[in-house]
Amino acid sequence: MNVLLKDEELKSTEFTENNIKVCVEDFNFYYDTVQALKEINLKIRENTVVGIIGPSGCGKSTFLRCFNRMNDTISNIRYEGNIAIDGNNIFDKDLDVVDLRKNVGMVFQKSNPFPKSIFENVAYGLKINGIKDKGFITERVEKSLKDSALWEEVKDRLHKSAFALSGGQQQRLCIARALAIEPEVLLLDEPASALDPIATAKIEELIHELKKKYTIVIVTHNMQQAARVSDYTAFFMLGELIEFDVTNKIFTNPSNKITEDYVTGRFG
Amino acid sequence: MERHLDEELSKLKTNLLKMATLVEEAIHKSIDALKKRDKDLANKVIEEDQRIDELEIEIEEEIIELLALFQPMAIDLRFITTGMHINAELERIADLTVNISQRVLEVADQPLLKPLIDIPKLASQAKTMVHNSIDSFVKRDEDMAKKVILSDNESNKLRTLIIKELINDYMVKDGTTAPRAVPLLLVARDLERICDHASAIAEDVIYMIQAKMVKHHRERLQKE
Repeated sequence: MNVLLKDEELKSTEFTENNIKVCVEDFNFYYDTVQALKEINLKIRENTVVGIIGPSGCGKSTFLRCFNRMNDTISNIRYEGNIAIDGNNIFDKDLDVVDLRKNVGMVFQKSNPFPKSIFENVAYGLKINGIKDKGFITERVEKSLKDSALWEEVKDRLHKSAFALSGGQQQRLCIARALAIEPEVLLLDEPASALDPIATAKIEELIHELKKKYTIVIVTHNMQQAARVSDYTAFFMLGELIEFDVTNKIFTNPSNKITEDYVTGRFG
Repeated sequence: MERHLDEELSKLKTNLLKMATLVEEAIHKSIDALKKRDKDLANKVIEEDQRIDELEIEIEEEIIELLALFQPMAIDLRFITTGMHINAELERIADLTVNISQRVLEVADQPLLKPLIDIPKLASQAKTMVHNSIDSFVKRDEDMAKKVILSDNESNKLRTLIIKELINDYMVKDGTTAPRAVPLLLVARDLERICDHASAIAEDVIYMIQAKMVKHHRERLQKE
């Protein structure tokens, strides 16, 4: 489905089975003895943007990092329950985590380009996946840079160092790098929090464009940003999913008093 | 936690109440002027409308500033947008009191066509509706807002009754009564419009409390 959902289609969180991209069921997550996520149940619809908001330490980044099993790199973690992408449990023993991470791209708060050229940064994922066809790689790099709205700014200096780019451009380069291996889900962990308003606006515009092709989950501390970019918003607090609803509902008339207190700035 | 925004919202509420008080006074004075055929009082209402216009702009600017600086959400957003609508509705009510006062100037030098009974009744209903709509805003009282909306039917009936009487009992029978009947007819229409604006305020109050749009859907109220 490569079309944006119309407003009337976004009015409910009652999804049909065939448009659910990610399904989280009875999910618990522990850092050693500390429970960071409690009984999370959530469905994410294909080609939509889900914003995750909540005060610091509420578990939103932990939750995001579950989708591509980034937390596996931390010792003494434990989880219960299921997360399924396209119906396949990502914790299945037979699942190759590398394949999962190809399918679920991630961009972090701080841009982290490799100390390589712009071109090599984007081509990196393809090359380590064994792709050698230069024509294919060149084509894919261009496409990814175009999709991340960076092409026009860098097309004449593709072989210059990625470090020569501005912060906002570096972040879009990281998005291009994630897009190059054609993931289906894109995780963004505060992708614009270190950027100025112009660069932030570009990232937000980009998210709006990218949801035509990808399913996006974004963690943000900036509530106005969540309101602007996401179709659905999940509010987390102390490891619990307090409320998940259509973004418009969360910011105009949340069902839960705690959500209301948070979005109106009464705490947090 | 007391927020800076709370202080600003409280200021907004105070200003809206100031506006509502001026408007309620204008309704009262314009009808009093009609009853007493008091041209001075009618002129006073017309003059004082300028203060209401100024206050309307002041409140509107205050609201735009609040939206721009605080980017309010949820109940804060609904309170502020409701305030913006109430402000506009009140200003229109004030304009209608100016219309009524202008009619007073037209009829003041002539003998009254008939003793005023139903017009003061409609005026009293308009005053009550405006007062209660504002009260429902202040107290966040949904039931009171609903009552205001549902009472609008009575004001429609009363206006129709007044107009029919003026046309059938006077203008049709004796065409020369028209110059004295038409202004009264217009006053009845203006008073009923004031009731409509009060209902619109009450509809906004329900939106503020419940985030439920009852505007253009009054049947949603009657079902409950």
